[in-house]
Amino acid sequence: MNRIAASQAWLRRNLFSDAFSGLTTLLLLAAVLNWLPGLIDWMLLQAVFKADASACHAANHAGACWGVIAEKYRFILFGRYPHAEQWRPLLATALLLLVIVASGLRLLNRSSLLTTWALALPIFIMLMGGGSFGLTPIGSDQWGGLPLTLLLATMGMLLAFPLAIGVAIGRQSGLPLLRGLCTLYVELVRGVPLISVLFLASFLFPIILPQGFAIDVLLRVQAGIVLFAAAYLSETIRGGLQAVPSGQHDAAAALGLGHWQAMRWIILPQALRAVVPSMMNSAVSVFKDTSLVTVVSLYELTGSLSLALAGDAEWRSFYLEGYLFIGAIYWIGCYSMSQFSRGMESKVGAGGTAM
Amino acid sequence: MRSTQLVLQALLAAGLLAALWWLLDVTAANMAERGIRSGFDFLREPAGFAIGESLLPFDSGDSTLMALAAGLANTLRVALPAILISTLLGTLIGLGRLSTNLLLRGLCAAYVETLRNVPLLLQLLAWYFVVTDLLPLASEALQLTPHVFLSKSGLALPWPGGDSGLFDLPLRGEMGIVGGAALTPEFLALLLGLSLYTAAYVAETVRAGIQAVPRGQSDAALALGLTRVQLFRHVLLPQALRSIIPPLTNQHLSLTKNASLAVAIGYPDLVSVANTTLNQTGRATECIALIMAVYLILSLLTAWLSAWLERRSGRWAERS
Repeated sequence: MNRIAASQAWLRRNLFSDAFSGLTTLLLLAAVLNWLPGLIDWMLLQAVFKADASACHAANHAGACWGVIAEKYRFILFGRYPHAEQWRPLLATALLLLVIVASGLRLLNRSSLLTTWALALPIFIMLMGGGSFGLTPIGSDQWGGLPLTLLLATMGMLLAFPLAIGVAIGRQSGLPLLRGLCTLYVELVRGVPLISVLFLASFLFPIILPQGFAIDVLLRVQAGIVLFAAAYLSETIRGGLQAVPSGQHDAAAALGLGHWQAMRWIILPQALRAVVPSMMNSAVSVFKDTSLVTVVSLYELTGSLSLALAGDAEWRSFYLEGYLFIGAIYWIGCYSMSQFSRGMESKVGAGGTAM
Repeated sequence: MRSTQLVLQALLAAGLLAALWWLLDVTAANMAERGIRSGFDFLREPAGFAIGESLLPFDSGDSTLMALAAGLANTLRVALPAILISTLLGTLIGLGRLSTNLLLRGLCAAYVETLRNVPLLLQLLAWYFVVTDLLPLASEALQLTPHVFLSKSGLALPWPGGDSGLFDLPLRGEMGIVGGAALTPEFLALLLGLSLYTAAYVAETVRAGIQAVPRGQSDAALALGLTRVQLFRHVLLPQALRSIIPPLTNQHLSLTKNASLAVAIGYPDLVSVANTTLNQTGRATECIALIMAVYLILSLLTAWLSAWLERRSGRWAERS
């Protein structure tokens, strides 16, 4: 009896608090009930799960053709990487994901964190590229899919971070020339779309670098992503630096710390801790932005899906299922990062030593 | 201290000049070796390519400069309506997330979390595929409301003007839809993708802005006997606008920059026209510099507009 009364009160409070709210509830319920059966029908009941193109065509889009994923998942996930060697990108991806998750959950203390990352990235590159330990060399032009997305995003963030700290400190420098230079860089990059920076990396780097110093397109695009991400990240960090109370500078000076000592031990730790959630947002953006490298012919997740389907007349009409599949992968990555950042937000005020 | 600073600045300037000198030297050598010409003279030569759709009259005999201008006009043609739609939709969803109704709140949160966490490029490609592949042929176009038709060939709408009457109405013809204004599938996918994606960000901006108004303000207004609508109009909105407008103009600016993803679905915006020009003339430096210059100018204009709006909303808040 009590439970019924409690649930009635809950219903009234959350769904029928007044006439307007009640009407909204009814309208939304009607809309959801109208759409949901069709959606379930398409996604599950009438869907084709076997890698059978004729069954998929027979369904005629009344049901989803998940068979396209069953047929093409290796191409979508690993791009043009040679089929027999695909255990290497699989292992490399698993390793990198493990390290990222372990770092996020704080399973590693400070010294083992650095060692782990210092080991994980070379192992990742070695697994992908081969050439040692009896692994066949695979050129970076054949890398693709999820490992490429992860590599571009992780390296993008890791390399942009020190650059962004440098630029943020540079914008507070006493040297007007340095300050102006840093401001120019940040405003220039933030004013233009990422695509133009990627064009710059892919078309202009070969012209402005000396002959014999040719670097491959992956490195050039990676450099473009780093330059782009660092501009946004440095604004975030600058906000953190400005949020440190000036008393902290004075106290550090009174203790006899020099400018750089104060920066390293007093100011930066507080500034960075304050902006961890915003930096996670930058990480989410970088992860999503890696999808743009398709435009300059690098076949990461989005690009490898197009590669997998565009040339195949049998499966070409099931792009939507493919988009939903990789959309789900992106979503899991971005959502877990933003949940992590929300978790940090509540911890940020708690104090403790960050560096 | 001052003299050390002067020495440091001089060193920095010298280093910078040396780097610049070296870069120009290498570039000139590279360009000479590969036979790349430089300069902006190509802007006056005929473009030599057609543009799929254009607000400005353009054909392949017109100059490249005209082609780029048509591209810029196309960027604005999609960005401005998308800004309007995303702001309206985003505001509604942002308010929905603050509703007392659990169902509405949940659906709005689901919208934001879904759209924000999937790359815009992927959403654009998906919309483009849905429009061009899954919709019926023009001859069997879906009729949404009288005189609005949706098909593989895009959306046909009534448009002011025409020979007979106030509006030029689209009608079913033998080969498809005739008359009215036709929005191409490329334009439609880009408009839809940009608007829906940005609306998620606008919603978060609006929600944060309203939540930033201290709770005591609502309590006080309700205690004074204001209705919820009055509370919103006279108390919450004026205060929230001040913290909403700067990030909102930022969203509008990133929408305009994101319009450059048009290149992936073949809508001829500025970047995609410049990209075609680049491939035809080989003038990479010039084309990329042009794209960047135009976007920088747009950014500066938006920053200026935002500052002006902020001053106005401040005055408006004082009045109401």
